[in-house]
Amino acid sequence: MNLSIQNLSHTYCGPSGPVKVLNELSLSLESGRFIAVQGPSGCGKTTLLLAAGGLLRPTSGEILIAGENPYALSSGARAKFRAAQVGFVFQQFHLIPYLNVLENVLAPSLALPGKSAHSRARELIEQFGLAHRIRHIPSELSTGERQRVALARALLNRPKLLLADEPTGNLDSDNASIVLDHLAAFSSGGGSVLLVTHDPLIAGRAHQIIKMQPGKPVLNP
Amino acid sequence: MHTTRLIFSEILHRKLNFLLATLSVATAVGCVVAQLSLLHRHDLATEKIVAEKEAETRAKMAKLEDDYRKITLRMGFNILILPKDQNLGDLYADDFASKMMPEEYATRLARSRVATINHIVPSLQQKVRWEEMGRSILLMGIRGEVYVQSAGQKPLINPVSPGSIVLGYELHQSLKFSVGDKIKLMGREFTVSKLNPARGNKDDITAWINLPEAQEMLGKQGLINGILALDCTCDTLDRVGLIRTEIERILPDTQIIEFQSQALARAEARHRAGEEAQAEIDSEIQNRAKLRQTREAFAAILIPLVILGAAIWIAMLALGNVRDRRSEIGILRALGLRTGQILFLFLGRVLIAGFLGGCAGFVAGILTTEPLMISYQLRFLPLAIIAAPLLAALASWLPAIWAAQQDPAKILVTE
Repeated sequence: MNLSIQNLSHTYCGPSGPVKVLNELSLSLESGRFIAVQGPSGCGKTTLLLAAGGLLRPTSGEILIAGENPYALSSGARAKFRAAQVGFVFQQFHLIPYLNVLENVLAPSLALPGKSAHSRARELIEQFGLAHRIRHIPSELSTGERQRVALARALLNRPKLLLADEPTGNLDSDNASIVLDHLAAFSSGGGSVLLVTHDPLIAGRAHQIIKMQPGKPVLNP
Repeated sequence: MHTTRLIFSEILHRKLNFLLATLSVATAVGCVVAQLSLLHRHDLATEKIVAEKEAETRAKMAKLEDDYRKITLRMGFNILILPKDQNLGDLYADDFASKMMPEEYATRLARSRVATINHIVPSLQQKVRWEEMGRSILLMGIRGEVYVQSAGQKPLINPVSPGSIVLGYELHQSLKFSVGDKIKLMGREFTVSKLNPARGNKDDITAWINLPEAQEMLGKQGLINGILALDCTCDTLDRVGLIRTEIERILPDTQIIEFQSQALARAEARHRAGEEAQAEIDSEIQNRAKLRQTREAFAAILIPLVILGAAIWIAMLALGNVRDRRSEIGILRALGLRTGQILFLFLGRVLIAGFLGGCAGFVAGILTTEPLMISYQLRFLPLAIIAAPLLAALASWLPAIWAAQQDPAKILVTE
C-alpha cells in the first residue's frame, strides 16, 4: 500500500469561523493504481493532496505513505521522507524561474543528494522529449514543456506516490494527453497516482474516480 | 547540484535587488573606512604640525639664546667668587673684599673645564686714598681673562697693560683727565689709556690698573680678593645654585654671589619665553584635540546612522526578495528542502552581497582618503570582509527566518 488515509478530517480557521473542508475521508492507494479525485471547488481536493503529501497536518485522521506516518516524523525527517517518497505536480508548474530545465529537474536532489541524480535527470529529460531544451529557462518554454519539466522533476527521486493537482489545467488537449500518458506510465511502473481534476475526460483515464462533496465523508471501495 | 548553485543563479536573475544590497553595504563600509581614515589623517596632521611648531620653537629659542648671550656680554660680569671667610656685610659696606685668596685659583678654575661660568677674571680691589688728588677711590687690579678651554669664546675684556690706567666716569670728569695724560697714583706714574662712560655705580669712582702692579702697590703679591665671571646660558632659574655647586667642588674655600640682578631677569625672561613657546605648542595640541573631538563626535553619529540605514535597507531588500520568492519557497519545501536549507538560500545571498559590498566599500574608503595611509587602512580589511557580511546577514536574519518558516501548503494553495 503506497497511500492509506483513514478518517481524515481537516478544518481551516476562516475569517468567519472554522471551515471544515475534509470530513472523515478514507482511501487507500496501492502500487500501480491511478486514482482521480473530482469535486466542486472548495470541497477539499487540494487540501487532501497537501495532507496526503505530508505538507499539511490534518486536524484528525491518519495518513500512511509506504506504511509510515509522515506526521509522526520531525520536520526535517518529514521533509527528507517527502523528498524520497512523494512527487508533486501542480497546475501552475512552480518551476524555479532562474534555473534551466536540467537544474529544475535536479532540484529535488538538493533535498536528497545522490550520485545518480544527474544521469537520472538527463534520462527523464530525454524521456519527456525535452533534450533540446535542456539549457532553457522556464520562460523560454511552452506551457506543455513546462509541465513536462515539472513532471520530470517530480519523478527524479523515484517516488512511490505522485500527487497531481490539476496538472492539465493550463494545457491544450495534446499536451494534456502527453502528461496523462506519463502519469499512466508511472502507475503501470508500480507507482501510485492521486490526481485532482475537474475534467471528467481526464478523470476517465484513472483506474478509479472519487467524487468529493463539501463536508461529506468519502470512502473508496 | 548544490544549494550554492541556486544562490548564484538567483543573484544573476535578480540583479537589481542584489546590486542595491551590495551598494548599501559598500556605502556603509566605505563611510566607516573613510571616517576612521580621516580621523587617523587628522592625527598624522597634528603630529606633523606639532613637530613643525616644536622645530620652529627650537630655532627661535636658539636665536633667543644667542641674543641673550650677547646681551649678557654687554652687561658685563655677574658672578663674583670670594674667599669663603669673606663677610658679605663688610663687602657691601666697604665696596671691596677684605679677605684674600691665591691668584692661582683662577687658573685652577679655568683648567677644571668648568661648565657653568665663562670669562674668568681674577681681580684685586681695594679702597685707597689718592693722596695726589686728595680723595678716596676704588683701585682695581685686573689681568687678562684666564682662558677657559671648554668655552672657546673671545675675551670679554682686554687687560690693562702695565703703566696704564683706566678711569671711571666720575674720576676723569671731576679731575679733567684725558686719554694720554700722565698721572701719579700712590707714588707711581700711569698713563691714562681709557676713560669709561658713566655706569651709575661704583665703577664710576674706580681706577683699573694691571694686576701685578696693584698687588705690588697694595703689598698683596700672588693674592686676589675676587674672581669675576659670567654665568653660562643655563636654562634653569636656579643658575646660581648650579654654579655654586660646581665652583664649591673645584674651589671648596670660596663663596659665590651674583651681583647683576638683570642677568636673573634675563634668564627668567628666557625661561618665560620657553614657557610661552611650550604654551603655544600646548595650545595648538589642544586646538587639534578639540577638532578631533568634534570629528569624533561627528563620526560617532554618522557611522552608526549609516550602518543602521544600510541594515534597514538590506532588511527591506531581503524582505522584498522573500516576497518575490514565495512560490519558489513553497515548491522547494514541497520537494523536501529543510528549513535550514531555505535559511541558507537567503542568508548565503546576503553574505555574498556583504562580502562584495565590503570589498567595494573598503576600496572606496581608501580612494577617498590618501593612498599613503594604506598600511593603516589595511586594519579595516577584516571589518570589510568579515564584519560587513556578518552584519548584512544579521540585518537579513528576520526576513530569512520568515522565509524558512513559510508554510508550503498555504503558498501552494494560494500561488
